[in-house]
Amino acid sequence: VHNGGLYKRPFNEAFEETPMLVAVLTYVGYGVLTLFGYLRDFMRQWKIEKCQNATEREEQKDFVPLYQDFENFYNRNLYMRIRDSWNRPICSVPGAKVDMMERVSHDYNWTFTYTGRVIKDIINMGSYNYLGFAQKAGTCQEAAAKVLSQYGAGVCSTRQEMGNLDKHEELEELVARFLGVESAMAYGMGFATNSMNIHALVGKGCLILSDELNHASLVLGARLSGATIRIFKHNNMQSLEKLLKDAIVHGQPRTRRPWKKILILVEGIYSMEGSIVRLPEVIALKKKYKSYLYLDEAHSIGALGPSGRGVVEYFGLSPEDVDIMMGTFTKSFGAAGGYIGGKKELIDYLRTYSHSAVYATSLSPPVVEQIITSMKCIMGEDGTNVGESNSKHVE
Amino acid sequence: FQAPAYHLILEGILIVWIIRLLFSKTYKLQERSDLTPKEKEELIEEWQPEPLVPPVPKDHPALNYNIVSGPPTHIITVNGKECINFASFNFLGLLDNEKVKSAAQASLKKYGVGTCGPRGFYGTFDVHLELEERLAKFMRTEEAIIYSYGFATIASAIPAYSKRGDIVFVDEAACFAIQKGLQASRSNIKLFKHNDMADLERLLKEQESEDQKNPRKARVTRRFIVVEGLYMNTGDVCPLPELIKLKYKYKVRIFLEESLSFGVLGEHGRGITEHFGINVGAAFIDDIDLISANMENSLASIGGFCCGRSFIIDHQRLSGQGYCFSASLPPLLAAAAIEALNIMEDNPDIFQTLRAKCERIHKALQGISGLKVVGESFSPALHLQLEESCGSRENDVKLLKRVVDYCMNSGIALTQARYLEKEEKCLPPPSIRVVVTVEQTEQELDKAASLLKEAAQSVL
Repeated sequence: VHNGGLYKRPFNEAFEETPMLVAVLTYVGYGVLTLFGYLRDFMRQWKIEKCQNATEREEQKDFVPLYQDFENFYNRNLYMRIRDSWNRPICSVPGAKVDMMERVSHDYNWTFTYTGRVIKDIINMGSYNYLGFAQKAGTCQEAAAKVLSQYGAGVCSTRQEMGNLDKHEELEELVARFLGVESAMAYGMGFATNSMNIHALVGKGCLILSDELNHASLVLGARLSGATIRIFKHNNMQSLEKLLKDAIVHGQPRTRRPWKKILILVEGIYSMEGSIVRLPEVIALKKKYKSYLYLDEAHSIGALGPSGRGVVEYFGLSPEDVDIMMGTFTKSFGAAGGYIGGKKELIDYLRTYSHSAVYATSLSPPVVEQIITSMKCIMGEDGTNVGESNSKHVE
Repeated sequence: FQAPAYHLILEGILIVWIIRLLFSKTYKLQERSDLTPKEKEELIEEWQPEPLVPPVPKDHPALNYNIVSGPPTHIITVNGKECINFASFNFLGLLDNEKVKSAAQASLKKYGVGTCGPRGFYGTFDVHLELEERLAKFMRTEEAIIYSYGFATIASAIPAYSKRGDIVFVDEAACFAIQKGLQASRSNIKLFKHNDMADLERLLKEQESEDQKNPRKARVTRRFIVVEGLYMNTGDVCPLPELIKLKYKYKVRIFLEESLSFGVLGEHGRGITEHFGINVGAAFIDDIDLISANMENSLASIGGFCCGRSFIIDHQRLSGQGYCFSASLPPLLAAAAIEALNIMEDNPDIFQTLRAKCERIHKALQGISGLKVVGESFSPALHLQLEESCGSRENDVKLLKRVVDYCMNSGIALTQARYLEKEEKCLPPPSIRVVVTVEQTEQELDKAASLLKEAAQSVL
């Protein structure tokens, strides 16, 4: 491993290569399905087969078509065949075992009907309930119930107007303590945390270096900020170093002015590949080239590290090295929302200029209470060692 | 050997061309820098980035938030002082309704708090499906789709339909969420003056003449009009019947954003379509292509929804970014919304009561020296702007803050309308937001009006 000296423990990353036969057969399968798709479309057009998907209104038939033909082709002919694998409704708490509603289709997935039966006690390997805090009984649920009866479910105002409750202040102070940073700020939705805050940090004339497999929220946030975006190969430090060197030496394209700031966007654990970021090397590069690091710990907070502090603790590094630590409360804490932690100047700036603080409603109080209780449990402050044992289990 | 004549001529031309290329001047397409590694090191050493964020002055008006201890209901404790709440958008008073809370408690006991997954991967609960059905039935459309965040609703809906190259006509006073949705969609945006149908028609006619020059492109360019039912920034309604006439005349689709008007306008609270009687006589409100609203105002929950025909709404299940890539709404909030809908359906007279209160305070606030009322008489969220500005926006904001502080010290909680000054397309002037809810009694409304008069006289 390049830069092996930076790692305190062995770092093994292996991606299985796709065998040639499987790849060829997949493409052949796509080809066959496309041909069949054209055949079925032809039959539908000539009314040999009944057209079952929703269509435009009669009065609006001469409007410009709303969807491009090809977008709909995929939806009608390929997605519709296997549509029943997704969006399965469940009707119990998403714990270790879950109850699912039975759903059948009598017309090849065009419509679904619910038989009314519930399939009970299915082993759940699909929900992001890493530490088991999504429970319907226990300390977290009781605390959330108490806050719900006191505060109600909604907030009806934005953070800067009348929506800043004492619960939010308590939560932010706790999150800052948990992460080991100076200050933190919490938002109502993890997706919105990324898409509405990156614009405040970088703008035109800045450079964003983003990993190939970054989440849609990071890509959207980077696009909305207006900065130039360059992509480096997934977890590939040579590619990142080359981009950094080129950026500083050559400056902005065409005008050659130096970049105002360089921001590196990485995730703690990548949800689609399951790979962990090479954080020690990224931090070494960041220090050498004087850029800023934005770490999205949506999946790794609570799940990695001996005490659940995330990927920074997993590698034994200091949280001060990461400029912006972002994460969500949806996965390990069993609630909803996102946070950003960092130095006090950064959080003060975000309190004033983040889109979410000015225009979007703040977190709902029972959700805040769930986060506070589960975080205290992970930190061991509630007197039990449930958090510790859960973390060890995940490791 | 025999070769046809054209063959020889063609080869001759090719040989002449090759000779020409060999002897012509070459020029490089891109200058290569060819710096030595030492020079590169020096450049890397010398480069200094800007600080990550500029420092914020300690007395910035948006930095110090008001801290609310306890629930933000009718009587609210702000910064330690007990006041009557005229600032939270709790129009129907459902925030501390006991039935709503007990429905949420039941859901909490059954499902826990979070859903731990997006809608596609075991994050769809039966409460979500029930809420979507109930909303579709209430709004009398075919289908509805729920988002877990109000801001993300319209900001994800617009880019799902309107792509690069499409044209969107949007009102100047559109709220920030719509502006972000338009920015994410990368379409051509044409702003028309607020509620000015003549201006909109002029833009549409211009577009029509452009189309005639290039009919092939026109056949694939989609057009949309985005308007709000009740505008958050100005408190007035859009002229929906004229918009529908323009829709059929120029073949544009209408997206309606009803965050403030859902649960406020109309006989049963169905919003601006009921207010104008659009769906009278027809079974569905199909003239509007998409209605989007958030559940954070009248329904006192969190999240948002879009409703319309299945042809349109179903597309968002695969291309709405805030729907596919985000965890679903916590079930207790969905249960609270369902119960709130039940209450709205069972007591249709609260809308009339709310409207009467709005008219009352609208009348009472007329004639305050120095402040003018902006908003329709039946709008529950109105603005009080300065009649004459002091010169700079900063000073206006400071002056309004003194008015707000005076009122807060005497027991009425108000707030200034907050904007991101550098990012809004058409920044509205600074104002105080006055929100009317069904829970405020007539004495409280009169007290608020007289207090504002006093404050305006003493400060301005």
